[in-house]
Amino acid sequence: MFAYIVRRMFQSVIVLLVVGLVAFSMFRFVGDPIDNMLGQERTQADIDRLRTELGLDQPFVLQYAKFLKGAAQGNFGVSYRQGRPVSTILLERAPATLELAFVSGFLAITMGIALGVFTAIRRQGMAANVIMTVSLIGVSLPTFLIGILLIYIFSVELDLLPSFGRGETVMIGKWSTGFLTTSGLKALILPAITLGLYQMTLIMRLVRSEMLEVLRADYVRFARARGLSDRVINFRHALKNTLVPVITITGLQLGSIIAFAIITETVFQWPGVGLLFINAIQFVDIPVMAAYLMLISVMFVTINLVVDLLYYAIDPRLRVDARAT
Amino acid sequence: MSDTMETQKAAPKTRMAKLWDSDFAWSFRHSPVAVIASLIVVILVLAAIFAPLIAPYNPFDPATLNLMNGFTPPGTPNAFTQETFLLGTDDQGRDVFSTILYGLRISLFVGASAVLLALIIGVVLGLIAAYFGGWVETLIMRIADVQLTFPAILVAMLIFGIAKGITPPEYRNEMAIYVLIIAIALSDWVQFARVVRGAALVEKNKEYVQAARLIGRGSFPIMFRHILPNVLSPVLVIATISLALAIIAEATLSFLGVGAPPTQPSLGTLIRIGQGFLFSGEWWILFFPACTLLALALAVNLLGDWLRDALNPKLR
Repeated sequence: MFAYIVRRMFQSVIVLLVVGLVAFSMFRFVGDPIDNMLGQERTQADIDRLRTELGLDQPFVLQYAKFLKGAAQGNFGVSYRQGRPVSTILLERAPATLELAFVSGFLAITMGIALGVFTAIRRQGMAANVIMTVSLIGVSLPTFLIGILLIYIFSVELDLLPSFGRGETVMIGKWSTGFLTTSGLKALILPAITLGLYQMTLIMRLVRSEMLEVLRADYVRFARARGLSDRVINFRHALKNTLVPVITITGLQLGSIIAFAIITETVFQWPGVGLLFINAIQFVDIPVMAAYLMLISVMFVTINLVVDLLYYAIDPRLRVDARAT
Repeated sequence: MSDTMETQKAAPKTRMAKLWDSDFAWSFRHSPVAVIASLIVVILVLAAIFAPLIAPYNPFDPATLNLMNGFTPPGTPNAFTQETFLLGTDDQGRDVFSTILYGLRISLFVGASAVLLALIIGVVLGLIAAYFGGWVETLIMRIADVQLTFPAILVAMLIFGIAKGITPPEYRNEMAIYVLIIAIALSDWVQFARVVRGAALVEKNKEYVQAARLIGRGSFPIMFRHILPNVLSPVLVIATISLALAIIAEATLSFLGVGAPPTQPSLGTLIRIGQGFLFSGEWWILFFPACTLLALALAVNLLGDWLRDALNPKLR
């Protein structure tokens, strides 16, 4: 067990170092940082001075080490476009994305599991068939079209919900939250549905197929023979055993939510980190891009690690295998 | 004598007829979904190829544009010029039907090229990994694993951003399409590499490969002439599903403004432009490109699903 954890953590660190190298290379080779910082009227003396100041005359490995040290302390330099430290901008934008991701993740997991169990139990039912068909369309629809469709129905035609922005926010310390105002909550509905829908259908289909498999298993048949009630069989015995793959996929999907948030945030002009990243790409704002890359890879690697370890903890069969080899 | 008779008799049975009789064609004929989906794909592909012939206007020739035609609703004559447009016009008086045809062309071109490039990269690396093994395999598959932890769309965005930074500003618009192809291809090759490696690992130890090695054929001829044809059918399935994903990825990137530029609009770019007119009531600028994209993605997706079932011997 211990060796396994150490090995996985070692792999994660290597991944982060490689991603760091990519981010650093972006800084170093995509566009000349000197060009970006000095204006048209520069002298060779200015260039040389800035070069030494930024440490660009030092060997590559040393620069890379310096970059990693800065990144670990949350120092990613200054945004070319806004002229402010990248870390400040990211901290400002983070609450919007995290609140959105949290709500849609919650929505996807609860609704996904509930609908999955429902469609598995009532496999032949009319409602289950309708849900399955709709979910197929949901998987094929690109996220941004779902967003536009929702805006069209609920903002343009019905005029019920706002189509862009976060509404009013309240500052709690440094955290700006939209949970406490009516307009903030209203603004959250459409983006959260847009972002969560795809993951929800995914979780639902997974729970359904796992559930159908488990319901055929001998121990379920035996439980039925014992005369246990349907509710106990379905939820106590069957659902519990479907959860192992569901947890893995859900965990990995957590990362996708953050990535797909880029699309949702652009559709709804939601002032989060994703919108910041898209704008950074459009204007080739390298420091912001590099910082976002580092941030998101730390998150992905952590999620993967946690999911792997959780998987190991939940499924006893894996532990036996590991001991055997 | 009877032998020649037989061959003569069998001669009219051409390759096409043989194909028609195969299991594969049989399952195609008996799946209405596959027939309809492939019909839609064929129509859209033909429309894209012959766009300059079909399109009533060339939307990118400023000489044919008349600003007075702007915002003409579909099927009704314009208030000033009395011209009618099948699917209406956008703000600059461009015929929406024509822009969709040209947009479809770009979407399909980018999608197909990206999948082809991803397929080549993936198949070559997958074969190399399986055939040589050792540290080459470890290196390739590790890179694949790392890349797989990140969603493809994010990888594509990042590659697009970096490429944009490298190309000089004056070439950015012209290069955008090719950068897009490379970005999507590099975000997608892992699927191919993994599947090819898995299949090739099995093939590698079969007798025909050993025989080829025994008569002294080189590594690369064995890999590409002998093993490759035997691992192609799963590749075909993944390629079809990848095509649907690549088309959606392209549309998404273009919609976000990090893909095809407004001077060469793909379906995604058209939807991005159309979104701006959602609130002012000009729904057709958004609606028709969105429907086209949806039909294309859905049809290719369904075709891929059917192909997966048809080529899977377990389900026969």
